[in-house]
Amino acid sequence: MNALKRFNGSGWLSFGLLLLLWEFGSRAAPKLQLYLPPPSQVLAALGRSAVSGPMVAHLSVTVGRFLDGYFLSAMIGVTLGIVLGYFRFLHNLFETLIEFLRPMPSVAIIPVAILMLGIGDSMIVAVTVYATVWPILINTIDGVRHIDDVLIQTGRTFRLPQWKILWRVILPAASPYIVTGLRIGLSIALILVTTAEMVAGSKGLGFFILDEERSMNSGNMYAGIFLVAVLGYTLNRLFLLVEAKAMKWRHGMMARQTA
Amino acid sequence: MSILEVQGLSKNYRQTSGESTAAIGNITCQVEAGEFVSFVGPSGCGKTTLLMSIAGLLTPSAGRVIVHNKEVSGPPPNLVLLFQEYNKSLFAWRSVLGNVRFGLEARGNRSANAAKKAQMLIELVGLGGFENHYPWELSGGMQQRVAIARALAYEPELLLMDEPFGSLDALTRLELEDSLLALWSELKTTIVFITHDIEEAIYLSSRIWVLSRRPSEIIDEIRISFPRPRNQVSTRAEARFMEIRNDIYRKIRN
Amino acid sequence: MRRRKFHGFLFLAGLMVIWEIVSQIELINPLIVPPLSKILKNFTEMVLSGQIPRQILLSMKRAAAGYFLAAAVFIPLGILMGLSQRFYRMLIVTIEMLRPVPPPVVIPVAMLFFGLEDEMKIFVIFFACAWPILLNTFDGVRNLDWVLLNTAKTFGLSRARTIWQIILPAASPQIMTGLRVSLPIMLILVVISEMVGSTDGIGYFILDSQRRFKVAQMYAGMLSLALLGYLLNQLFNLLHRRLLSWHWGMMRRVE
Repeated sequence: MNALKRFNGSGWLSFGLLLLLWEFGSRAAPKLQLYLPPPSQVLAALGRSAVSGPMVAHLSVTVGRFLDGYFLSAMIGVTLGIVLGYFRFLHNLFETLIEFLRPMPSVAIIPVAILMLGIGDSMIVAVTVYATVWPILINTIDGVRHIDDVLIQTGRTFRLPQWKILWRVILPAASPYIVTGLRIGLSIALILVTTAEMVAGSKGLGFFILDEERSMNSGNMYAGIFLVAVLGYTLNRLFLLVEAKAMKWRHGMMARQTA
Repeated sequence: MSILEVQGLSKNYRQTSGESTAAIGNITCQVEAGEFVSFVGPSGCGKTTLLMSIAGLLTPSAGRVIVHNKEVSGPPPNLVLLFQEYNKSLFAWRSVLGNVRFGLEARGNRSANAAKKAQMLIELVGLGGFENHYPWELSGGMQQRVAIARALAYEPELLLMDEPFGSLDALTRLELEDSLLALWSELKTTIVFITHDIEEAIYLSSRIWVLSRRPSEIIDEIRISFPRPRNQVSTRAEARFMEIRNDIYRKIRN
Repeated sequence: MRRRKFHGFLFLAGLMVIWEIVSQIELINPLIVPPLSKILKNFTEMVLSGQIPRQILLSMKRAAAGYFLAAAVFIPLGILMGLSQRFYRMLIVTIEMLRPVPPPVVIPVAMLFFGLEDEMKIFVIFFACAWPILLNTFDGVRNLDWVLLNTAKTFGLSRARTIWQIILPAASPQIMTGLRVSLPIMLILVVISEMVGSTDGIGYFILDSQRRFKVAQMYAGMLSLALLGYLLNQLFNLLHRRLLSWHWGMMRRVE
């Protein structure tokens, strides 16, 4: 792995300058402050909430829904993807259906979900699952179909039962693709949870941000947005950590190939 | 007056670990105008580095390169380097005709007869009829011909070729060797050729420099005096051919 | 290959028949899942009366504006960042700070500044499409093979000519990828922004239909959205084939 990570002085400098511009620009124009409060105010709002505030409660609600939705999607998406990818006949059967449903933006499912499940947790999780399953499913199918036939024949030579082939050969061999799908699904799940909360929710960060906007508490609103961004960033980092551990074999292989 | 002079050329690389390795040790040689010369050496001995340095794409760590009495510090205007990976060098968004015309455009020729000239060159390299094809539609050998045509369109005085036939199958290689010799005798360009194929070098060149392993230095200079035009059957059948080949082989192995 | 598709179609048709039956015999509450025939009838009516096309046009106006604005700003920016290491380092920190913000979350900010007007949606789409376009463009310029760049050098091309004649064409497939990836993002965001803050557009239409319990209408709206997504994809492919015919040919051959 090529190191040489010099500290990006100019980058942080320009970012810092931007923040300063924001801070003083906002202070200098009191009318603007309603829409764009200085970052110091936002941080203050954040601090207040962190100690004793509704924001933390909303955050945990959102995180809970996210985890439910994401892991459910992962299980469904990977399992379905492996099955559809491996059994050609099933894939042919479902292919047209998939091609039909794919172009529809998954958020359009929200009103249907509201109709069926109301505006509670189950609606939000259901919508999240619908949207998140897609990238996981597609990438898993892709991964399975790209597996070298030699690998599968090897499994057969060892007289492995079908389910063992799926579990011990197919799953690991397709894992790079699956990981890609899971990574994309991560951001999609977060987007859907917050979106659903915005459209029809009474709790959660999505709802909170919109609510604060309605009440013109821009400081709180930006604080909420910041929190969502931090959440997304943290989830990404966690994912990379887990992925590095689980996919150590591939990292080594890739490093050797590029050498 | 030589068209190309290399004086004490050496090139070091700095590794990511910080150490520096020498790719080229100390190269000194001269090439006369119109010659066909080759460098032969084992793989990884720094032949590409040598050629890139002569072409002005790399700065030497020591020594200098003089082309037409001017010291090289950047790509000289009358020289073209043909890369080994021709498929990465050809312009995928241009047809064969477009690629060859690029050579003319680079020379400053955007006139109406540029198309005609390009057409002529395409036929010269044996690709008549493929003008409107795109590189990905052609075989490896054909792609290499396009690269050669493009380089010739530039009308260089010096043509440097980096193992151009290395990744082609044996039969295509022989075909292209003869095509290249025909082009060379017609256009009278000076050609500096590098290869790891000893017999190819003997077949093509008038002079050969044998390179050592890294860091490369010139082990020997050999004059090849087989009559031209060379012939794949008769020239290679000469007893002297094998003698030279074995001589070079032994020198490289040591 | 054709038999494959036939099986798929058959399966789909079978599902549609099952839907029709299941809803007609009220195995599933037809108030929530109306029969397919009713939905299709509703859909045809609304398309012919112009109601759905009108909503779609409104949405597409905003979507296109945001999309092309993003392309106009972020393709040049990506090229600049790809060419100049210094420029890249200057901007990358700010970009990495903004990137983790999920685009829908920006909607309330946009609402603060622009209310429920078109500009709100345009801004949101602009923000959302920025990253795929920027990053793909940057990648495309940055990851050009050194052989290509050295080829330009050995032919004595000036820096300007190298950028215009070599770097841009070589990077254009990747730039195209960024534009392609942004297309569904554009569609998603226009729907979301209309659901959260709008009084018209196809997104609002679907949500509003649900609120008024005009369920068949809601499904009809969803169908039109699926068709829109499909049409946009085909349109993009057409443009891809026209503008980058050389690349299109290359890609098809790999398949």
